[in-house]
Amino acid sequence: MKFSMLPQVFTQMFKKPFTNKFPAKYIPPSTTKFLEDVGAGKTSIVPPIEVPKGFRGKIQYDRDKCIGCKLCIKVCPSGAIEYKEKEKKIKIYIARCTFCSQCNDVCPVGCLTMSNEFLLADTDKYSKDLIVE
Amino acid sequence: MKATTKTTYQIPVGPIHPALKEPVMFEFEISGEKIVDVDVQLGHVHRSVEWAGMRRNPIQILYLAERICGICSFCHPIAFARAIENAADIEVPERAQYLRVIQGELERICSHMLWAGVAAHEIGFDSVLFLTWQMREKALDLTEFLTGNRVTKAITMIGGVRRDITKDMLPTINEALTYLKDNFEKLRHIFLDDKTVKMRSQGCGVLTYDDAMKLCAVGPTTRASGVKKDVRLDQAYLTYPDLDFDYVTPDVLTGEVNGDVYDRIIVRLLEVKQSIDLIEQCIDKMPAGEIISEPKIPKLLATLKKARGEGIGVHEAPRGEVIHYVKLDGEHENPYTWKVRAPTYNNILAWIPMLLGEQIADIPIVAASTDPCMSCTNRVAVVHNNKRYILDAEKLHQLSIEKTRRIMI
Repeated sequence: MKFSMLPQVFTQMFKKPFTNKFPAKYIPPSTTKFLEDVGAGKTSIVPPIEVPKGFRGKIQYDRDKCIGCKLCIKVCPSGAIEYKEKEKKIKIYIARCTFCSQCNDVCPVGCLTMSNEFLLADTDKYSKDLIVE
Repeated sequence: MKATTKTTYQIPVGPIHPALKEPVMFEFEISGEKIVDVDVQLGHVHRSVEWAGMRRNPIQILYLAERICGICSFCHPIAFARAIENAADIEVPERAQYLRVIQGELERICSHMLWAGVAAHEIGFDSVLFLTWQMREKALDLTEFLTGNRVTKAITMIGGVRRDITKDMLPTINEALTYLKDNFEKLRHIFLDDKTVKMRSQGCGVLTYDDAMKLCAVGPTTRASGVKKDVRLDQAYLTYPDLDFDYVTPDVLTGEVNGDVYDRIIVRLLEVKQSIDLIEQCIDKMPAGEIISEPKIPKLLATLKKARGEGIGVHEAPRGEVIHYVKLDGEHENPYTWKVRAPTYNNILAWIPMLLGEQIADIPIVAASTDPCMSCTNRVAVVHNNKRYILDAEKLHQLSIEKTRRIMI
């Protein structure tokens, strides 16, 4: 066929779009107002596609288990982990984290894990949500 | 009557230009619509990756190497890991080698699909762009399923890989591979039989066999000119010697080698098929066993600190041969030196014979046909006292000898 893409284009026109319209079908005029409405229960969010098993999201830290061995600091490729000398605990800056989960692998007591949380956008890189301690 | 004299004129394209995806500078000498001379200037995205690497330990460099290029996020760490393994004499378990091949081939599928979309976009065939990216989405979903992330996979580890493929994962993998195989036929039909693609790509951007040999082009660019060059077959690394595959040259399909853009499309498309086949073979043949030679990372780091020697890691990336050179001095944790040679570095000079005699409008598709990746390539920028240096072969050779001597201490 001379133009073999044509049938494909026509069938595509009647198919459901592949993209998941997250968090809303159309961009709301005001994002903050949209989020307020969601909070008040007036509208609802289109849910995101579920992450697969073994996804590396926001890091979680079990403070009580940590023994302060500094191994995670040694292997962290981006220097996202800070050692708190006084308490012998660590502080993780998610804004610098590259989500490689190397610290999870190296931790001898398994106090670091990766969660499924991926909505991490923030205007302030030192905000409370982006620092794990 | 005044006589008019016809002269050529120059058109600079880049470093930042809407037609270019990444910063690169072209200086064209144009006569009418025809290109009579081309000069390519590089060095606009030099990011000192190697310098940064020399201040990190090998485990940290793995993730830095992953970020040299977004598309080759497996081949750079794997080449680096192989270089370190070579230098420190670490043996990789067989299962880990099979898993590495699977990841490498999956990356090749993703990269060639992306390239096919970009090439279609460059000739203004945007509906094919969406079709290929729809298929690439499946390949990326499979990558995410196997590694935990779509692009930066973080799967490589020195001495093995970090994630295994278990039995319960096989149905999902087979499903994705079947989808890719079914849709591949559709894509092949559109690319190889469609009039639009043929019109723009046949006889355009020709790289002859001799030029490809002379300029040391690598990967699909050189195979499209009929040169049988493939690291997977030539060097027999990982488990590639156990697998059944052969060089992909355009004469497999058409019976002749022209070395034009169309041939490069053929080679890349056939390689997608080959990669799907290789993944299936790997899943069939994979033995049970360990996936990493030293699971305790502190112990591995201590071994690497004591290790002394040089290592070279080679891998056939989607664009060609990628080489990493590492030297460990046995005293420090960070490598003494680290050098990366990305495939596009070799393929860039091939642009000059390809572009000569073509029209201005052919620049994007010809340039895209080598699948250039500037972020990979830009390792060295020659700027000294604000003067531009012309490095001829002799001077380059001299510099190369000097560098070798310097590295050898």
